[in-house]
Amino acid sequence: MPEGQLCNKNPIQTKEELDALLADKGGKQYYQEMLDLEVDTAKLKASLDKTCKSRMRTWLEICAHCGLCADSCFFYLTNNRDPKQVPAYKIQSTLGHIVRKKGKVDAKHMIMCMDTAWSKCTCCNRCGMYCPYGIDMGVMFSYLRGLCFSQGFVPWEMKIGSGMHRVYQAQMAVTDEDWVDTCEWMCEEYEDDWPCLTIPVDKENADILYLVNAREPMHYPDDIAEAAILFHIAGEDWTVSSTGWDMTSLSMFAGDWESARMQVDKVYEAMERLRPKRMVGTECGHAFRATVTEGPYWAGRKNGQTPVPSFHYVEWAAEALRSGKLKIDPAKKIKEPVTLQDSCNYIRNHGLTESTREIMSYIAEDFREMNPNREHNFCCGGGGGLNGIGRYRKERNIGLKQKRDQILSTGCNLVVTPCHNCFDAVRDLEEVFQVGISWSFLKPLLLKMVEVPEHLQPRE
Amino acid sequence: MYDFLTGPALWLAFIVCGAGLLTRIVWYVYGLNWQLDRVAYTRHPLAGLKGALRSILHWLIPFAARNWRLRPLFTVTFFLFHLGLILVPLFLEGHAVLLEQGWGIAWPTIPMWLADALTLIALATGLAILVRRFALPEVRILTTGSDVLILILAMAPFLTGFLAVQQAPGYQFWLLTHIVTGEILLISIPFTRLSHMIMFFLTRAQIGMDFGIKRGGMKGRGIAW
Repeated sequence: MPEGQLCNKNPIQTKEELDALLADKGGKQYYQEMLDLEVDTAKLKASLDKTCKSRMRTWLEICAHCGLCADSCFFYLTNNRDPKQVPAYKIQSTLGHIVRKKGKVDAKHMIMCMDTAWSKCTCCNRCGMYCPYGIDMGVMFSYLRGLCFSQGFVPWEMKIGSGMHRVYQAQMAVTDEDWVDTCEWMCEEYEDDWPCLTIPVDKENADILYLVNAREPMHYPDDIAEAAILFHIAGEDWTVSSTGWDMTSLSMFAGDWESARMQVDKVYEAMERLRPKRMVGTECGHAFRATVTEGPYWAGRKNGQTPVPSFHYVEWAAEALRSGKLKIDPAKKIKEPVTLQDSCNYIRNHGLTESTREIMSYIAEDFREMNPNREHNFCCGGGGGLNGIGRYRKERNIGLKQKRDQILSTGCNLVVTPCHNCFDAVRDLEEVFQVGISWSFLKPLLLKMVEVPEHLQPRE
Repeated sequence: MYDFLTGPALWLAFIVCGAGLLTRIVWYVYGLNWQLDRVAYTRHPLAGLKGALRSILHWLIPFAARNWRLRPLFTVTFFLFHLGLILVPLFLEGHAVLLEQGWGIAWPTIPMWLADALTLIALATGLAILVRRFALPEVRILTTGSDVLILILAMAPFLTGFLAVQQAPGYQFWLLTHIVTGEILLISIPFTRLSHMIMFFLTRAQIGMDFGIKRGGMKGRGIAW
């Protein structure tokens, strides 16, 4: 059975393998090798028999072919209502075909499945809310991604991403040492302005264990400092962990379920070792979905819960504003019209609709909703890993039109994006369409307008 | 012939339909898996029950789900079609008479004029749904032969039954065809997508539990379908 040097059925296990894959710029050789990759049909069938059970089979079989899911999908809407973008069609022609053929499909079909699963679906789960039977095609595409991954048909960046988690227990090749160093560096950077600012590492029994997205130490270290300063002002007893500190999961995007479990095992280990009262995670959607919503199941936790109660940053911020731990200077509230991007991963898929709105009520004078909003909001256009896949840049940019038009019709120039993926998608849509909007995480906004108690104010 | 069709054949149709649907239910529930589906079905029974009921009711009641509200014409058509399909066979006087004669059970009925109206509505809306299948590109691309067949299967007893009731020429033929198509319909329910008469409740309950237990139901106000 021919296997490519870079493109094969084996997940990344070592740093050398990872570096070899990274050296193949843009995945040129990787995608070339994929054309000759053979499908292990026996393995695929065994996998279906073991994991494709009544929920999924019933979904595929009972679909009434009514087309009521069509308008729920932003890819359908932004591609001139191309019938081939109807969610039911997309899943029936890919996973449905594999199931009906009992795994007897060829590489050409698997490449089509890959292209569909990663460039025509962001697993935003919106279609699941519009199907009369509640058929959630986002869940099925996520499952299809797992089948694709196990057969080696996975976008280059996704294979790298899940490999990063396997090798570094964090994405972007950030080591535990890099992470702790970044925390120390940020303290030094900001200690003149914020006397007594600390980022406690591995403090046991703290009230809050704070988890981040590895992009923060890599690209946005100030985000960590901002989180520290806000906890500092709020008087929180908090800590970070030196291991299992990255709550992201490119493995989830890749469909590499083994690696996804390894990552959350690491994170839960940190929770169990440090025994905080609760966990608060940074402004990221998929990281929250992976660690809090899906992770317990990967880790085999039968109650579906994390070892300690877990909260998204927006929940903490809403609570801090409500309880007065953070007080907003009314003169500094945002004056210009401002809108809010609802992240699929913790709004539609974790019910935190009101936390973000509560925050907006404290910080904005003219908050305007997108239409539709809350759990009915559209994906930013870059979710599910799509932002990071070069092969599908064109498809991604077409999909961004939905969010562009949604934002423009609010009349706002500023979009609050408490999610790394949404943040990137909105940034990219500005780059592509140049509509003159700006975007921000919550932390820098809060920091600009929070009242600082006397004793915490910078020394003269 | 009539005696056979309303006797052993009818029994067979009912048994196949009932046993088939029962098998479907057992198979479905047995195949649910907390770890594969990633829903802790049994650990949070109250949240699960609440999620399941909300999920079913919002889609069972016209205009209670956003997608029903977004397309009022389709929603009205769809619900009228189902209303006729359910009410007429269950509460038709002619059917109640059979029960009365066979088992001595007094069965509630709807007036004949209502049954006639509902039958015509079911036929008209069914036709509209069939036309929609081919008129809209997003539905046409999904449509298979079995979709058309199922719709014909569901409407045939209504057409033949209506003709028989109206004493159309060839009454005997229409009556027998009505019984035969009705029995074919009953038998095909468990083996086709017509099984949705039961599976609808199961799949809706499942996704309701998913959202009620895992995806925010225990934290937020519950999903607004």
